[in-house]
Amino acid sequence: MQPDISVRNLSKVYAGGFQALKNINLDIQRGEIFALLGPNGAGKTTLISIICGIVNLSSGTVLASGHDIVRDYRAARSAIGLVPQELNTDAFETVWDAVSFSRGLFGKPANPAHIEKVLKDLSLWDKRNSRIMSLSGGMKRRVMIAKALSHEPRILFLDEPTAGVDVELRRDMWEMVRGLRANGVTIILTTHYIEEAEEMADRIGVIRQGEIILVEGKDQLMAKLGKKELRLLLQQPLESLPGELAAEPIELSEDGFELVYTFDSQQQQAGVARLLRQLGEMGIEYRDLQTRESSLEEIFVGLVHE
Amino acid sequence: MNLYGVKAIYRFEMARMWRTLMQSIASPVISTSLYFVVFGSAIGSRMGEIDGISYGAFIIPGLVMLSLLMQSISNASFGIYMPKFSGTIYEVLSAPVSYVEVVLGYVGAAATKSVILGVIILVTARLFVDYTILHPIWMVSFLVLTSVTFSLFGFIIGIWADGFEKLQIVPLMIVTPLVFLGGTFYSIDMLPEIWQTITLFNPVVYLISGFRWAFYGVSDIHVGISVAMTLVFMLGCMTAIWWIFKSGYRLRS
Repeated sequence: MQPDISVRNLSKVYAGGFQALKNINLDIQRGEIFALLGPNGAGKTTLISIICGIVNLSSGTVLASGHDIVRDYRAARSAIGLVPQELNTDAFETVWDAVSFSRGLFGKPANPAHIEKVLKDLSLWDKRNSRIMSLSGGMKRRVMIAKALSHEPRILFLDEPTAGVDVELRRDMWEMVRGLRANGVTIILTTHYIEEAEEMADRIGVIRQGEIILVEGKDQLMAKLGKKELRLLLQQPLESLPGELAAEPIELSEDGFELVYTFDSQQQQAGVARLLRQLGEMGIEYRDLQTRESSLEEIFVGLVHE
Repeated sequence: MNLYGVKAIYRFEMARMWRTLMQSIASPVISTSLYFVVFGSAIGSRMGEIDGISYGAFIIPGLVMLSLLMQSISNASFGIYMPKFSGTIYEVLSAPVSYVEVVLGYVGAAATKSVILGVIILVTARLFVDYTILHPIWMVSFLVLTSVTFSLFGFIIGIWADGFEKLQIVPLMIVTPLVFLGGTFYSIDMLPEIWQTITLFNPVVYLISGFRWAFYGVSDIHVGISVAMTLVFMLGCMTAIWWIFKSGYRLRS
């Protein structure tokens, strides 16, 4: 199947000489939720801005919904909805007018029924006749999402959609994202809340200093790079790590009461069974044990700081 | 052609005018009325006729042009500057609209406002001074042509400006002097010979002269030259806008 977004050898050098993107190659499939992660200034927003037509590319090609974003910009942009990071809204217009404006701008005839549905889905219906300047920050964020959805895009970009947003709106938003995906909309999001990416995304791309350093299915990523940890709370403290265990990835806590064994998720539990048997043979008793899987956040931090 | 897009921008801009009715319509009408009271009635009654026209009537075309120029520039420059300032320009840049469509929307709305304003000022002027319009079609043509041309010019200023000061500086520092020195209040042959020549470098002279000809059939400069000069200026503005969108100047990095 043809990818919904196809980025080939994309580079961006800003006028000042700063290279924001270096030879990016990326395919995003129809109907998936793709999370783009990376530290501040890594190039996430530049990449999104180029695909959406806000920033010019320096070299390379981008296809959106099969259309070249430069040569065939009308078809490409018609397919895309964008919710930018900054809260940039009109002030004096009403919610209804602003959202209807967006639909017209994207070349679609008026459709009050669709606007009504979007506003209701985003709990904005009661505010439809309010001026945008009178709304709270969270409500303005909803208006921006409504504007992006006004023209029924098949690709939706959410650039840090949950930054500075309260718990309720965040929950609503993810529910909406799931609903959109169920209708076949492709969703590309960036976020600083990695647990969100962990919860929502089908695939994850990590960008660092303008380069895509990894693209993986979330589950594969977790399995491949995730670490597991076994903590053993001992009955008696140990003075030091016994020599027999020195070769293993084991650490002893300072008070001597805890042994921490780290292993790859892929190694299964074989190492654990062996370790526990070994401890039994050595007469080291423990009163409790727990295992823990590393989160995407730890994986991410590990990748970015390599 | 994304006509829905053009319509959306046009209606958005026109809505801004109705919202700011005081600023858009009332304030230019009041200031023009003051000119008529002071120059037309008070001082004008003590002045002789110029080219066989009473002074009050003589200054009408120039005063309409003054408002038209100022309002076209300020409407169009503000219209495109505000989304740049507030950041909402992202939406226009990411929309499937060509630059011709963007210009049609913004400049079309600004020019429409100016034409409406010009008509209102003419009606207001009628309350103070009696005047005739010998060539109504030419009068309307000049009105529309000037509104469009200077809305294009305003659009350029709005894109160029990176602060509110710059938005004000061109209308105040350049356009106002050009209009005052462009023959609003006098006929060019009242000037010393050297100034008559210098004046010919002022583009506003051609506008006012042509516009006055449409009213009274007398002009300092042949009306054909007036139309030609206006078209040249318009073409210049269009070329500048074409370059702006092609290079992404101050819009797309």
